[in-house]
Amino acid sequence: MKYAYYPGCSLEATAKEYNQSAKLVARHLGVELWEIPDWSCCGATAAHNNNHLLSLALPARNLAIAEAEGLDVAVPCAACFNRLRAAETAVRESESMRATISEIIGRDYRATNKTRALLDVMVNEVGLEKIKEQVVKPLAGLKLAAYYGCLLVRPPKLTAFDDPEDPMAMDRLIDALGGEAVSWSYKTECCGGSLATARGDIGVRMIYQVLRHARDAGAEGVVTACPLCFLNLDMREAQAAAAHGDQFQLPIFYFTELMGLALGYAPKDLGLTTHFVNPLPLLEAKEILRHPATRRETA
Amino acid sequence: MERVELAGSLRRNQALKSQVEAESGVVLSDCYQCGKCSAGCPVAAWMDYTPRQVIRLLQLGLVEEALKSHTPWLCACCQACYTRCPREVNLPRLMEVVRQEARRRGLINEKKVDIFERAFLGTVERYGRAHEMGLIVQYNLQSGQPFKDAMLAPPLLLKGKISPFPMKIKDVAGIKDIFTRVRARGGDRS
Ligand code: SF4
Ligand code: SF4
Repeated sequence: MKYAYYPGCSLEATAKEYNQSAKLVARHLGVELWEIPDWSCCGATAAHNNNHLLSLALPARNLAIAEAEGLDVAVPCAACFNRLRAAETAVRESESMRATISEIIGRDYRATNKTRALLDVMVNEVGLEKIKEQVVKPLAGLKLAAYYGCLLVRPPKLTAFDDPEDPMAMDRLIDALGGEAVSWSYKTECCGGSLATARGDIGVRMIYQVLRHARDAGAEGVVTACPLCFLNLDMREAQAAAAHGDQFQLPIFYFTELMGLALGYAPKDLGLTTHFVNPLPLLEAKEILRHPATRRETA
Repeated sequence: MERVELAGSLRRNQALKSQVEAESGVVLSDCYQCGKCSAGCPVAAWMDYTPRQVIRLLQLGLVEEALKSHTPWLCACCQACYTRCPREVNLPRLMEVVRQEARRRGLINEKKVDIFERAFLGTVERYGRAHEMGLIVQYNLQSGQPFKDAMLAPPLLLKGKISPFPMKIKDVAGIKDIFTRVRARGGDRS
């Protein structure tokens, strides 16, 4: 199983643990990730808010490189995934758009390849059965809120991935890893994205709502598939709680980090030591870091 | 909002209204004002007009009123409204177009949002990738809040999560060409 890999800018910076853990678990599960050489930024929200054509051309450049190699593209970042899908769909649906984009990026691009979210590849291509077979350290007793945010599942016509109101891919993955996915109502609420930087008053309130609802549903941690969601929730958790006279210790995880743990990798190899909210105390309390062979017998 | 004479304003703004429809691909009369979009909008509480009201203004030809609204600048592009609209009105796309038209007229209602996005695109044009550290510094200076999020920067640096140096791709010229060609098509009129 081979995919062109488009990490996106965040995975080289604030989300480097996502990159690290994604590559590790992919290799473990026999998924070859061919990193698109000299990939460029997808333009993110800034491009499509400012210029429609630019917002399609920037991702198309990367898709064209993968297409020339005959590969579908696997994308860990939910925001990049959404933008790449937008470009792919626009080109596939309109011959004139195809010509325009090809001219702007100076390469031929016909959208014959497909963009897939890395979560989709793991759950639906590698498959939960195969992942389950590889689990050596089940996330036993760990209650987690699967947080999808917006761009992974919306708009459904574009993402064509999971139910836009009640997606289950990550929930089923958590269960396959031996953990327990809680049922909660904020799994697709927006984290505020870049509003947290420009309008902190709004962003912090949105972040607080997500975290509070996860905690109130009994979750001990939140699982994400988006570097923006992760950064907002992890880095601003203390600020968001304080602003509302509340307090939490709710670690945030990338789904690939949890996969890595269950597959037997050490926290350090997965980047779990670089979070703002330290997840290690929780993992230790649940005895997840201990190898089953050395785990204390509980009567 | 002051008193308006609707028939006249509709007549006066017909061209602008059609332009917004053409650019966004949204047929304004598709919206039957059920309000489902606004009910689920996570940012509605901070908006001056709810998303439904923005469409209503446009339907009535009160385009200038829509252009003066903060709503398009605050839209988080979360796609909840578009996903749920029974008439499949692509509201986030409409918001983009309204906001772009507002910018052309110098109506930038959320300066910080605009500065942030301009700074972001600036780093992409220059390096081919977003440079988070440069972006934060530039954003803070331009928005007149040099110490914003200052307490978050040292831990980010320490954890190796942001770098003071941008990551330049090899084919920067190719990226510059993309920006230039888009501009040549009148894409970026601001
Ligand atoms: S949900 Fe759709 S039809 Fe209903 S008010 Fe909003 S845009 Fe109009
Ligand atoms: S896309 Fe914008 S207008 Fe629509 S629900 Fe999200 S924030 Fe509100």
